Amino acid sequence: MQPTQSSRRILLPAKAWFISATLAAALFLNVVPLGHFQILPDWVALVLLFWCIHQPHKVGMGTAFVLGLLMDVADASIMGQHALAYVLLAFGAVGLSRRILWFHLLEQALHVLPILIGTQLIMLAIRLAVGAEFPGFLWFVGGFLGAVLWYPLTYLLLLPQYRPVERDETRPI
Amino acid sequence: MISSVGHSPPPFFKRGPAPLAQLFFFVSLSLALLVADFRFHTLEMARQGMATLLWPLQRVAYLPVDAGTDLSDYFSSLRSLKTENEDLRRRQLATANQLLRQQHLEEENRRLRALLDMRERQPAEGRVAEILYAARDPFARRVIVDKGSHAGVEAGQAVIDELGVLGQVTRTYLFTSEVTLLTDKEQAIPVQVQRSGLRAVLAGAGVGAMELRFLAANADVQPGDVLVTSGLDGVYLPGLPVAKVIKIDRDNSFSFARIDCEPLAGVERHGQVLILGRRVTPPLPEDAVSVPDKPGKGAKIRKKH
Repeated sequence: MQPTQSSRRILLPAKAWFISATLAAALFLNVVPLGHFQILPDWVALVLLFWCIHQPHKVGMGTAFVLGLLMDVADASIMGQHALAYVLLAFGAVGLSRRILWFHLLEQALHVLPILIGTQLIMLAIRLAVGAEFPGFLWFVGGFLGAVLWYPLTYLLLLPQYRPVERDETRPI
Repeated sequence: MISSVGHSPPPFFKRGPAPLAQLFFFVSLSLALLVADFRFHTLEMARQGMATLLWPLQRVAYLPVDAGTDLSDYFSSLRSLKTENEDLRRRQLATANQLLRQQHLEEENRRLRALLDMRERQPAEGRVAEILYAARDPFARRVIVDKGSHAGVEAGQAVIDELGVLGQVTRTYLFTSEVTLLTDKEQAIPVQVQRSGLRAVLAGAGVGAMELRFLAANADVQPGDVLVTSGLDGVYLPGLPVAKVIKIDRDNSFSFARIDCEPLAGVERHGQVLILGRRVTPPLPEDAVSVPDKPGKGAKIRKKH
């Protein structure tokens, strides 16, 4: 794997325990009680999206479904609300992963933005359909913030896969 | 060996079922869950189990917020504590008169009721709990308190603070329970205008506001009127202050007046609350229609509009 398809840097394989650890950390960040101060991004959606794009063989709709159920319970929302939204996010991300990885990080962020906002719109549609109140437009700031954080997040989550650049002058290729 | 039956060569990598098949499976599973939870409320056991698993994680996540609050408390100046202390002392003196006579009045009330052969009023009892945090769900107004089914809290109990009614316990977990605030859009409470005795239904309207519904445009309500619980629902004890009328819009083109209210209790603030004991409604006479079943333990209460 490379960081992006056009990069010449070869990455070490991603470790399964690191993927699980980052997803657990995202779940932890999501349950930090901040009340109605909701402009922070949905960390689980963001990290899940990252792994779906970078490791589509390891993380997919099954992982998304389980994480969605956990978020439903942690949030005390309707069962299935996060699950459905995350499953659709994973489907989109896995399908688009080969395309997205050809772009530079800033262009990747432009692909990530509609996926994150779309996830929020699905949740909004589910809750408005069953008669909840509209949370206000400030809630969508989270999606935009998630796209902005794509750049630092990529470096952070790919860090364990980097290896030192070794310049071997005698290497044939 | 190359398969001679199929037209496509065998795949190099095992990738599981096709993405569209997976999508169909998980989406239908999620939709089934949505319907099962919202329509039939059948997933409470699963929710309880998963919530118990998530509880340590939530507890740890609460620690930094907890520490932050403690730290700010520690650095709150002596002066503010002093003014608060004086304020509390003054308030206590102001209410002492009523408090001292309360027992006497309750005793008298009991004797008079006995004389008149009326049913005794249920004494109010409660359990102090602390609001841990507002639930993360941005679509609803709920708070989490630190007493759960372990401490005997049941769904349906009323929650008050020192100023008035705060809401109702709608779901209990082992160590915490979820209180839906009065300002939630799905919450309604039967009230009475204290001044005129007019009965009505007060419904939540989202962001810190409430609305008095279904009152005629010429109803006897004035801005500044205090609304108290009427006790007709069998959930809230009668006479608890709930809200204050702030604005009335009597437009004759609509059959109902639009009456905006503001909760009296610190609905959107944090602090300590009192979970009132389950109210025992007096049994109806034998020949009356049968009352609907009481909601079971852990069941989510859904108020009808």
